[in-house]
Amino acid sequence: MLIDEVPHYSCSVLTHTVRGKKVQTIEGLASPDGTLHPVQQGVIDEQGFQCAFCMSGFVMATVGYLKTNPNPSRSELAHGISGNLCRCQDYDKILTAMMRGAEHMRKVNHA
Amino acid sequence: MPRPDRKPDEQKPGQQKLGAAYKLIGKDYTTPDLYAKVTGKAKYAEDFRAEGMLFCKLLLSPVPHGRVKHLDLSKALATPGVRAILTEADLPAPADSVTDLGAVIKANKQGEKALTMEPLYQGEPILAVAAVDELTAAEAIEKIEIEFEHLPFVVDPLDSLRPGGPNPRLEGNIWVKPPVAPAKPGEKPPSPPPPHLGELKWTAADFAELKEGRLPMGKAPDEWSYGDVDAGLKNAALVLDETFTTPDTSHQTLEPRTALAYWQNGKVFIHMGTQSTVQTLAGLGRWLNMDPNQIVLISEYTGGGFGSKATGYIFAIIPALLSKKANAPVMMRVSREEEHFIGRARPGFQGRMKVGFSKDGKITALDMFAICNNGPYDANGDANASGMIVSLLYQPPAMRWRGVTMLTNTPPRGPQSAPGGMQGIIILEPILAKAARKLSLDQVDIRRVNAPEGKALWGPLRDGKRAHSTSAFLKEALDRGAEQFKWKERIARAKRSGTKVRGVGVSSSAFFAGSVGYDGLFVIRPDGRIAIQSGIGNLGTESISDVHRVVAEILGVPWEKCDVEWGNTSKNLPWTCVSGGSQTTHAMTRAAHAVAMDGKRKLQEIAAKTNGGKPEQYEVADERVFRKGGGKSMTLAQAAQRAIQLGGIYDGHEAPEDVNKYTKASIAALAGQGLVAAAKDKYPHDGQSFSYVASFAEVEVDTETGKYYITDFLAVADVGTVIHPKSLGGQVMGRSILGIGHAIGQKWVFDPQYGHTISRRFHHTKPPTILDVPTNMRWAALDIPDPETPVGARGIGEPPVGGGCGAILNALSDALGDEIYRRAPVNLDTILTSLEAGRPMQDPLTAFI
Repeated sequence: MLIDEVPHYSCSVLTHTVRGKKVQTIEGLASPDGTLHPVQQGVIDEQGFQCAFCMSGFVMATVGYLKTNPNPSRSELAHGISGNLCRCQDYDKILTAMMRGAEHMRKVNHA
Repeated sequence: MPRPDRKPDEQKPGQQKLGAAYKLIGKDYTTPDLYAKVTGKAKYAEDFRAEGMLFCKLLLSPVPHGRVKHLDLSKALATPGVRAILTEADLPAPADSVTDLGAVIKANKQGEKALTMEPLYQGEPILAVAAVDELTAAEAIEKIEIEFEHLPFVVDPLDSLRPGGPNPRLEGNIWVKPPVAPAKPGEKPPSPPPPHLGELKWTAADFAELKEGRLPMGKAPDEWSYGDVDAGLKNAALVLDETFTTPDTSHQTLEPRTALAYWQNGKVFIHMGTQSTVQTLAGLGRWLNMDPNQIVLISEYTGGGFGSKATGYIFAIIPALLSKKANAPVMMRVSREEEHFIGRARPGFQGRMKVGFSKDGKITALDMFAICNNGPYDANGDANASGMIVSLLYQPPAMRWRGVTMLTNTPPRGPQSAPGGMQGIIILEPILAKAARKLSLDQVDIRRVNAPEGKALWGPLRDGKRAHSTSAFLKEALDRGAEQFKWKERIARAKRSGTKVRGVGVSSSAFFAGSVGYDGLFVIRPDGRIAIQSGIGNLGTESISDVHRVVAEILGVPWEKCDVEWGNTSKNLPWTCVSGGSQTTHAMTRAAHAVAMDGKRKLQEIAAKTNGGKPEQYEVADERVFRKGGGKSMTLAQAAQRAIQLGGIYDGHEAPEDVNKYTKASIAALAGQGLVAAAKDKYPHDGQSFSYVASFAEVEVDTETGKYYITDFLAVADVGTVIHPKSLGGQVMGRSILGIGHAIGQKWVFDPQYGHTISRRFHHTKPPTILDVPTNMRWAALDIPDPETPVGARGIGEPPVGGGCGAILNALSDALGDEIYRRAPVNLDTILTSLEAGRPMQDPLTAFI
């Protein structure tokens, strides 16, 4: 999840420490009208995950990372989200989906 | 250290033309579960809540083998908020199970229980406490007074096999299968009695070889052979005799075992993560000693299985029984450390192979010995499967396999992606690589010359004959891979650059990939939409919807008009295979084909009944049934309305004779809702289906630090017809990386003195991360249809695993030579110490180091 735009492990954060801060989770990523966030759209476009138990973490970490580096190489993005683990080991497809998401985001930001 | 991005190869899988003959098959699409997953709406077991729900916590055994000699629950029960405590005394006796064919499998009374007063491994659940929250339950567990009588234990199979060595159980260290009594004339053969415990010890003379670093080969309870192994070895140009130990690796599903249970009107409702949907009911029924009809399973999303949740898991009955006792819903979710103990793992092998080669690299004979470290409970099939897969994949003309499945006081193992096959492959692959070097042969060529082809023979003689595969195109996969990987160019390049050494490796891989005989079921509704009932589990492979694309393809219906129903056994699902063992794509595309043909036939008959003529004069396409060459037509919606008027077989008021009784109950519940199509897969199937993978890897090793990187990886799959490229690619790459984990670092470590687990968290036995693999891995599929199945598709979950590990091991020996490792994983300390000494420095045979 993002706390004031910075990725954190939600399991390692006590609720009282985020009082007054902006907290964003996967459930709040899409627009209220249902339009997906560009990174979510990247997942849809590339069938980005298998069991998807890890998806919330990867997507939020990517959204956070792209704020600091909106145009990463595959290798840079892999480093940026390497604190997350996928046991389906679907890394290749995840990375492709996240790169697609980054591409969508650049289009949105330039629009 | 960031690695440079490589330029994408010109041959990306996306550029490969797949499914040329089809509209939907072989094409990418968005699976119906993906939107819920990516928006956080998907509910895994832990996301459910029930009114008045309690939580439970487990008390785990601190000892590797013991007996509870004193237990006082009074203080725990008096803790405010504690509602019930479940112990072994509350468990029903395990029930016998009845197979689909009516054969009774007797319950093993010495098999695993959900809770026990005689724990056989450290971490085994003793009891469970239900309380208003987890903190209260944990506090109550602290207040339990418990004392154990310590009993003998053993973690290394070889220690137990030694003369006078300890046994893991009071009754012995192996399972003994009693002989089955012959059938009386005119009667069915009697059910085989359950196995019993026995003792196996080898002699001091047997152990003499251990000093030489070779696996002792004493008496083996299981053995098979074919051909003349001695002659094959005698006449070989080269004989290699190698000992190799493979790691024990946890499944580490990202979703730990989780279940919520509650009772309503005598039925138990269980929300849990499980690989299968329909097939999980029987397991739950057996452990609860209940009729599966009284169990409702809800499992819409499962956070990974890899074999550890194939038909559920015994621990799901803990919340079910606690719920009954406390008269309230109970949720059990376990910690990562608890998951290590009860979450299953691949058994490690201590193996040895003696392999003869002719000058051109063809194997002349293969003598294999495998000790499988099973944990304390029911025997798994890894040892036997290892021999079967080796006999298929490398086609030895003569082979002997001997296996010992040893019980130890270590957590129970279970099938993990390519169970046994993977271990067999990674014992043989380094031998094949060494043989190629000794015989000055190319590594691709030596695999090519030993590769199975067509109706390839495999396994032992049965009634004088060996079984055969449905097809095999491994040679084509090796050729395609060598071309795409630019194998010849790579091996011609300089290996060394300063302290860095490059190595390239190739591995063959295969596993069982399909079963037959299951049912398909869908309803064409009066609004023209197709409701497809899927009994497949949603474990992430996407076969849950992929296989049903076949229905839309045959009926000529846009996929957008199909609604897949899954993940809830109260929703009228058809009899479906276990979502494991790479069966599903094969088994359920067959069932999908059968039911689509049934639907098509019914549509033609309805059209003929309505508009005249004969059924065969009608065609089904573009959401209509129309008369060939013009004339009257009906929409599918109209045909569905007509089906309801006609009743009988058309709207499900009558069911086909041959479908499973489970399917019949679902048909009865759906009757009258539209055109009900239901059919059993009865297509011919000559041989056993396997899928094959050719795996290629390049590594770069820093000889000063021992650290190595995988710089490139390619896997080419022979899986028959490709159904859904993106999900196939995910499986080929994902399962390859699971295999890679066994090469680059994953293993269990035990303290043999106390029988305690040391590697119990992710960071102790770390699965590969996104930084452990190249950022541009590649895959390809041959897309050659299997001739023995109507859609031509086989499974893919297991086959890439052995190749993932084998290709890395072989790339390392290409870089560093044959005198580095005698066990997997190969860590940097292995490399550094062996390079310095000029010979393999790691003990080859001690388990869990």
